[in-house]
Amino acid sequence: MAATEPIVEMSDISIEFPGVKALQHVDFRLFPGEVHTLMGENGAGKSTLIKALTGVYKIDGGSIRVAGAPRSFSGTADAQSAGISTVYQEVNLCDNLTIGENVMLGHEVRGHFGINWAKTHSAAHDALVGLGLGHLDTKQPLSSISLALQQLVAISRAMVTKSKVLILDEPTSSLDANEVEGLFAVMRRLRDQGVAILFVSHFLDQVYAISDRLTVLRNGEFVGEYRTSELDRSQLISKMIGKDFGALAALGSNRGRTVDADEPAFYSATDLGRKGSIDPVDIQVHRGEVVGLAGLLGSGRTELGRLMYGADRPDTGEVTIGGTTVEVHSPTAGLAKKIAFSTENRRDEGIIGDLTVRENLIVAVQARRGWARPLSRREQNELCEKYLVSLNVRPADPELPIKNLSGGNQQKVLLGRWLATQPELIILDEPTRGIDIGAKAEIQEAIATLAEEGMSVVFISSELEEVVRLSERIVVLKDHRKIGEIVNGPEITAETIVDLIATEGTTP
Amino acid sequence: MSTLIERPLSGPSGSPAPARPTPLSRLKPKLETLPTLAAVVIFIGMIVYGEIAYGRIVQFSTVSNLLINNSYLIILAVGLTFVILTGGVDLSVGAVIAISSLVGVMLANQGWNPIAVVVLMILIGSAFGLASGILIQFFNVQPFIATLAMMFLARGLAAMLSTTPERLADDSPIRSLSTEWKVIDGPKINDLVITPTVLIAAVVVIVAFVVLHRTRLGRTVYAIGGSEQSALLMGLPVVRTKLLIYVISGTLAGLAAVVYTSKLGIAQNITGVGWELDAIAAVIIGGTLLTGGAGFVLGSVVGALVLGLMNVLITRDGSIPPEATTIITGGILLVFVLLQRLVVSRKRKT
Repeated sequence: MAATEPIVEMSDISIEFPGVKALQHVDFRLFPGEVHTLMGENGAGKSTLIKALTGVYKIDGGSIRVAGAPRSFSGTADAQSAGISTVYQEVNLCDNLTIGENVMLGHEVRGHFGINWAKTHSAAHDALVGLGLGHLDTKQPLSSISLALQQLVAISRAMVTKSKVLILDEPTSSLDANEVEGLFAVMRRLRDQGVAILFVSHFLDQVYAISDRLTVLRNGEFVGEYRTSELDRSQLISKMIGKDFGALAALGSNRGRTVDADEPAFYSATDLGRKGSIDPVDIQVHRGEVVGLAGLLGSGRTELGRLMYGADRPDTGEVTIGGTTVEVHSPTAGLAKKIAFSTENRRDEGIIGDLTVRENLIVAVQARRGWARPLSRREQNELCEKYLVSLNVRPADPELPIKNLSGGNQQKVLLGRWLATQPELIILDEPTRGIDIGAKAEIQEAIATLAEEGMSVVFISSELEEVVRLSERIVVLKDHRKIGEIVNGPEITAETIVDLIATEGTTP
Repeated sequence: MSTLIERPLSGPSGSPAPARPTPLSRLKPKLETLPTLAAVVIFIGMIVYGEIAYGRIVQFSTVSNLLINNSYLIILAVGLTFVILTGGVDLSVGAVIAISSLVGVMLANQGWNPIAVVVLMILIGSAFGLASGILIQFFNVQPFIATLAMMFLARGLAAMLSTTPERLADDSPIRSLSTEWKVIDGPKINDLVITPTVLIAAVVVIVAFVVLHRTRLGRTVYAIGGSEQSALLMGLPVVRTKLLIYVISGTLAGLAAVVYTSKLGIAQNITGVGWELDAIAAVIIGGTLLTGGAGFVLGSVVGALVLGLMNVLITRDGSIPPEATTIITGGILLVFVLLQRLVVSRKRKT
């Protein structure tokens, strides 16, 4: 299957951004006629490696050889002309043009009087037939076909340029099972024609269904290159998340508390779901309980949290809070029912960088009161005093622009923002991502304390150890479904969850 | 493989492959052409209304005057079609006409070779367009601001040259561009007359049409308007194209200055105030989306003619104060923008 000479050989690649080592001494080889998957958790450096290959980022060390010759590209267009095409997660086509125009854009067939549209469309048709898409009418607008088909149209562009290397960066994240099958059929067809395919996906089942080999990255470092057939799922997961659980083991409090399961739950949802985002899920949260949502990236963790808060509108399910049936269909409704949601996207959806710590802290309380009843300066100062001290925000200066604070302290202010609304249920999405270890411990402690005081907490994190340490119960998600629920206890470890995710049957 | 062909993953229903559209369904207007068709309908409606209400609209002399008086506007609108198709805007064209025609008239009066003068007038436009393009592409200035700056610069330079009307000598060869050629000799003064300037405008329209629809440059213009990010990732020459469209817009403004100067024989620093907005209005009325990506150069021609015909009708009516012209222009514009919103929201739904 695999030829002896790699078409792409990246060795010892290092890339540094200000203050961050994005890639350190990473090796990557891609052979003609194989599907090679790049694996790693968020921030592991997958996208950075792809951008290094296509010349979007300059490499600080190492070498890139394409078809045996050292190359460095100036960008996507340059890489494309050397036979390396990239298809991204978001469809990068022009939906104001027809299917055929999109396939041939930049490569139109020209005659004596400019572009020969008849020949151009027939060339587009040929390219589509090559992918088994001959039924598409090239003269229809691109917007008339589904996203999945648009993704395939984007791939057919690569065929027009006779690309030898096809990079598919998370092309499946918005496709359903049937559509993925169609994509895979196309990928297999191209592979058999000798095209080298670099594939990125967060869905383990898909990775095992399509790839010949895997390269695993973790924190910008090269972990290893494996044959898919020789590495089972739990081995792969532990390679992705790393074995160094020890570093954080000393942090937080392993409380081992149990909540009286017979007592009716404070928050209870049955069949809560939203098409295209998460399959219907049952979930209960008791007073004073921390429920962890565990799963790999893209498993539906965040989506479930957003549904519970009302950030997205659920289209199935029934929710009871404190025994009464309620509808939580908007963030305003969520806030009114005393549910708070702290986003995983701290920079874009969380903090308002140019406003001060005080302004960032009070914004949710003010939103709840309405604009007609502004908080007095005295009330604002009291709130700041209370939460800056109790959450140990440093520096504890409420008048500093929040962008000047470290990530960990910004996160504390955000936590304070939601606590100030005095919620009864707080949903924390990745509250400890990307912050230093000290701040992490403080936030974990704060969460534990809140639960002790009777608040219900839903805790979402990609760090399984953290979920295990903090939660009384853990809801495990995979591929947008709930695959299990674990009552925490001394015998439960991150490995337990990894095993559950790995062994759980394939997607139906 | 064969399973994929037999069971296409098309669409929500997973229905079998759609049959190729019949010739009849091809005739059905596409959503994108709807605003342009609406412009044509309105144009015809105006002609019919004018003919019934005032008479003497459908006749050679009116057609001739419409074309001769609006050839400069048609040329400007063609240039702006390129710019607006990419999602940009060029506010400098009116001021470019002022500086270009002033320089042209003053040099011609000093005895410069008329051909050299005409070439220089056009190149002045190109230079301003290039400057706008460089500001936008390499200094990341928004098109609105960059071309606004060029507008002030051009207008200021024109005022420094002269603040009084400069007359082009009546025997100047430049004026011969507006020689009236009688094509059809009608009764009395009802003749079909064209001028070289009308031919220039026609050539500009035809060339622009070919460039937009039959060259890669033209396709790139549409692609940029659809999604600049996508165009970049598809490896299209986005930088070069964006530079070029502002050069095209500026060059056509220079050409419009030649056409206008030959017709009027006078250049002044306040010539062309607000013409950029007339041209933008013509483009929008002609069905080009202000956000870019959809539109037709022929639509812009119709748009320019709608504006021209409106002026004719208002003059004929006599009871409408000329001051109301702008209100009516604004009203028509509003109707078209609302129509476009409708089209865009329909498109989202599909």
